[in-house]
Amino acid sequence: MLELKSVDAGYGSFHALFGVSLDVKAGEAVGVIGPNGAGKTTLMRVISGLIRPTKGSIAMQGTDVLKTPAHKIVELGIAHVPENRRLFPRLTVEDNLKMGAFMPAARAKFAQRLEFVFDLFPRMKERRNQMAGTMSGGEQQMCAIGRALMSDPKLLLLDEPSAGLAPVVVQQVFELVKRIRSGGLTVLIVEQNVQQVLQVVDRAYLLEAGSIRASGSAEAMLKDDSIRQAYLGV
Amino acid sequence: MLEIFDIYLLEAVINGILLGGVLALLALGLNLIFGVIDVTWICYAELVMIGMYGMYYMVQYFGMSYYAAAPIAILLVAALGALLHFLVIAPLLDAAPINQLLATGGVLFVLQSFATVAFGIDFRNLGIRLPILAMGDMHFSYSRLLAFGAALVGMIAVYIFMTRTFTGTAIRAISQDRQIMALMGVDTKKIYIYTSALGGALAGLAACLLVLQYDVHPFVGLSFGPITFLICVLGGLGNFVGGFVAAFLFAEIISLGGLFSDLEWGYVLAFAFFILMMFIRPAGLLARRS
Repeated sequence: MLELKSVDAGYGSFHALFGVSLDVKAGEAVGVIGPNGAGKTTLMRVISGLIRPTKGSIAMQGTDVLKTPAHKIVELGIAHVPENRRLFPRLTVEDNLKMGAFMPAARAKFAQRLEFVFDLFPRMKERRNQMAGTMSGGEQQMCAIGRALMSDPKLLLLDEPSAGLAPVVVQQVFELVKRIRSGGLTVLIVEQNVQQVLQVVDRAYLLEAGSIRASGSAEAMLKDDSIRQAYLGV
Repeated sequence: MLEIFDIYLLEAVINGILLGGVLALLALGLNLIFGVIDVTWICYAELVMIGMYGMYYMVQYFGMSYYAAAPIAILLVAALGALLHFLVIAPLLDAAPINQLLATGGVLFVLQSFATVAFGIDFRNLGIRLPILAMGDMHFSYSRLLAFGAALVGMIAVYIFMTRTFTGTAIRAISQDRQIMALMGVDTKKIYIYTSALGGALAGLAACLLVLQYDVHPFVGLSFGPITFLICVLGGLGNFVGGFVAAFLFAEIISLGGLFSDLEWGYVLAFAFFILMMFIRPAGLLARRS
């Protein structure tokens, strides 16, 4: 579904990604793990067009993502839940969800998508008229995921969904990712919380200092000694 | 004696409210541009001036009726607003704020000079005299009532647009986080053009209303520009509700101040109040607590 080939990217003179190749097949859940500053967020931003790579290619179901204007990439079926959620704090929950359905195709079935998201997150229905910035971190994460789902995407990009949340809430977020997956959605998730993320994904890549260092099934990664020592603390 | 004074007072209060409506409309337009695009259109009142000339020529030269000319004037100034963004603001979006300020300041002088050359420095009058409405012992000019009513309708229309439509919601969202708008599928460049056109349309509406009360000349913008800017600053730049409240506050000070002596003293009081408030609440009346 999504294919990256030897992608280089950075900010100005700072290089963040070096020759990253990665693929996600339809229906899969794929994780990208690695330490802080490894380039995980850059990877997400390159896929959704917030920054453009200096080299390499990205294709979504055969369409060249790099030739698509950034605001049209969501129309290819890629929805990105950004790092730190990035909700519109002084917009209501419903207006935030409305923004997720801005593109014409999603606008046409807005009521239907809203119902879908409210079914998934009944809490959002209760809080639909509340300012998004006044909710708890966990609720904001639900709202951010809901906003991305409003566009009826094929591929959901999740950037550190567990960051800054209490352990109990982190548990809920990963439960949620499982539920979203079971609905048939393809998921690419970037996480520092290695132990948890490897429970929900099929495969994972290890990204260190801007390069893919290892990849394999989630079980294999969990058993890998170097990963266990570096990221699982055992 | 006291009774007559009470009537004058009531009349002044009501006239203040009527004036506040138009000032609130002007402040809304300027706040919209500032809040969304993060640029101050110093030349905002000059757009109003161009709209007033548009009304003058359509009504006086082409013999159009006031109500036929008004929508055209609004569209004209809306187009001018979009053009201003496209030609001047868009290339300077990432420039230092002082450069943006200087550029729109430059546009102010360009428009004034253009009007001087093209239309001359004569004071022009629309030639429409609306009746005076007498309510008991109080007198209100019909043009002010019309201006207040139309300004209110205009502001309600903007409110509905901003809260009910996808584009309006995007305009509000963009002012809160412009980097991620692309993730929502929003083309920020397009939204900026729409916002500029909307700001222009509000200036156009204000022009249609003010041309009933004031003569047009190339420097008429100076009568509304500075005060609109002060209202926006007093309400907190970019804060729509703050601008609305500040507009009526200012209008009442001008109107009531004018009651006790000349109208000019009303303006002096209003400006003195502004300076005082800048010491007490420098971030604006309804400043958001950080």
